[in-house]
Amino acid sequence: MSLPAIDTEKKVRPFPKAKVLAMPAPAPQFAATVVPMLRGIAERILPPAITLLILVALWEFLCSGEGASLPPPSQVVTDTWELITDPFYDRGGLDKGLFWHLLASLQRVMVGYTIAAVVGVAVGTLIGQSTWAMRGLDPLFQVLRTVPPLAWLPLALAAFQSGEPSAIFVIFITAVWPVVINTAVGIRNIPPDYVNVARVLRLNPFEYAVKIMIPAAAPYIFTGLKIGIGLSWLAIVAAEMLIGGVGIGFFIWDAWNSSLISDIIVALIYVGIVGFILDRLVALIAHFVTRGTTTS
Amino acid sequence: MGQSYLSIEQVGKTFSRGGATTEVLTGIDLKVERGEYISIIGHSGCGKSTLLNIIAGLTPATTGVVLLDQREVSDPGPDRAVVFQNHSLLPWLTVYENVRLAVDKVFRKSKSAAARHDWTMHNLELVQMVHAKDKRPAEISGGMKQRVGIARALAMEPKVLLLDEPFGALDALTRAHLQDSVMQIHATLGNTVMMITHDVDEAVLLSDRIVMMTNGPSARIGEILDVPLARPRKRLELVSDPAYLRCRSAVLKFLYERHRFVEAA
Ligand SMILES: Nc1ncnc2c1ncn2[C@@H]1O[C@H](COP(=O)(O)OP(=O)(O)OP(=O)(O)O)[C@@H](O)[C@H]1O
Ligand SMILES: [Mg+2]
Repeated sequence: MSLPAIDTEKKVRPFPKAKVLAMPAPAPQFAATVVPMLRGIAERILPPAITLLILVALWEFLCSGEGASLPPPSQVVTDTWELITDPFYDRGGLDKGLFWHLLASLQRVMVGYTIAAVVGVAVGTLIGQSTWAMRGLDPLFQVLRTVPPLAWLPLALAAFQSGEPSAIFVIFITAVWPVVINTAVGIRNIPPDYVNVARVLRLNPFEYAVKIMIPAAAPYIFTGLKIGIGLSWLAIVAAEMLIGGVGIGFFIWDAWNSSLISDIIVALIYVGIVGFILDRLVALIAHFVTRGTTTS
Repeated sequence: MGQSYLSIEQVGKTFSRGGATTEVLTGIDLKVERGEYISIIGHSGCGKSTLLNIIAGLTPATTGVVLLDQREVSDPGPDRAVVFQNHSLLPWLTVYENVRLAVDKVFRKSKSAAARHDWTMHNLELVQMVHAKDKRPAEISGGMKQRVGIARALAMEPKVLLLDEPFGALDALTRAHLQDSVMQIHATLGNTVMMITHDVDEAVLLSDRIVMMTNGPSARIGEILDVPLARPRKRLELVSDPAYLRCRSAVLKFLYERHRFVEAA
């Protein structure tokens, strides 16, 4: 602990005397801020790391016996070493690294999800603002939103005659309901006081939308967007298993057909990590857009 | 007799929800002169907020009219700025931005951007809130929020300032401090003010006249009391002032003897 302090003093020596006198202070301060920070990080990292270690050990123990139907982690790693270390390889056709499969899936999700976000906020605003629009649309939406995403796929395939737009449609229809419903609730719940402020100031509809309505409903809208991104990611994997082509869902299905269980496990881990990142990303955007007024 | 600055003529309000109707206010008549400070006092639920909202134009009157500066009030507008009971600052804007929003809207055409900035700062200075101008409402105390609410209302340069229990949610010390600020601002700017309050001392200390309302339903103005106290008023000196004590007991008598609050709900 004391060594670094001596080090700094040595380095500082060539400087004028006054500065030398000022220097020693940062050392204890450094220790005072960095040590608790490290402790804080350790407190966050250690518990999940230990949990993970125990689970992996348990898995290894359970699956290393003779008749185990699933490979133990050690075998997964040796089986899929190429897959893990080089996610970027591309041997043409469908024989690509995981990165490319994930990228293809992400692209579909992004297109479908973006359309869902735009349409969802617009329709949500409409039914949040107008009692008649709500009475007309809400019962319909309440029924449609309970239809499982994959049930839309055959219909979409029939309508679009092609896999790609069908997958995007499934993402859209999955993500749109939480966005619509949460936006509508958010707009309906704008405190009457804010509306009165707008009325006293005589804000026009555009100013009202930008200055009051959207910021007031933003926490709700982002709740919807967050649920939506999670559901989209859930739906894409299932949809891709059915439509084929490059994509993580198809990769998993293909691995199953080739009995590459280890590949499936690695792919699942990637799917989980990407889903988690997507969720955090939307939360981060929400935090910035609502400027910290919401806790997500 | 000439036209009053603000005149409320035979205003009545009946709410109807489904088949049920409740008459909240009947036959409210009140004339307010420019620069007057009027308090409205009455038991909870008698319709004070309803009356203030009618003057603000936020609620339409069922009968009667409100005239401000010879114009009929038909919708809300910045010439009748309201300070709401629970401050109603926009939580996603800073203190400065909350005031600036009003300034930008009211003076978009008549003031340059620099002048609007100066005017925003000037109003924050009036309520001594410049130091917190970049804070968000969640980061400041209740008293500070109320100050900002007042600054926002003042910044609109309203013909009449409408205050709905502006100090209701504050502790006694903060309340006294804010009352002094409001008195000072009123002395400097000479605004016409209508303030709802539950607090007898507050009403006597601040007002030129106190409007006492009878209990609802069908509340009306029971009595109007002139407060013949010279300004500037000092709260400590007033404590033993006979005129002050007379006004105070007149209001108390009205509220607790003649129109005792009957537990309705
Ligand atoms: N939108 C409305 N619909 C039906 N009744 C209403 C409505 N607004 C107010 N009222 C009724 O009018 C009466 C007066 O309400 P108001 O808010 O004006 O009272 P108040 O004097 O301001 O009370 P407080 O001192 O508690 O704020 C109450 O009985 C209330 O129930
Ligand atoms: Mg009220």
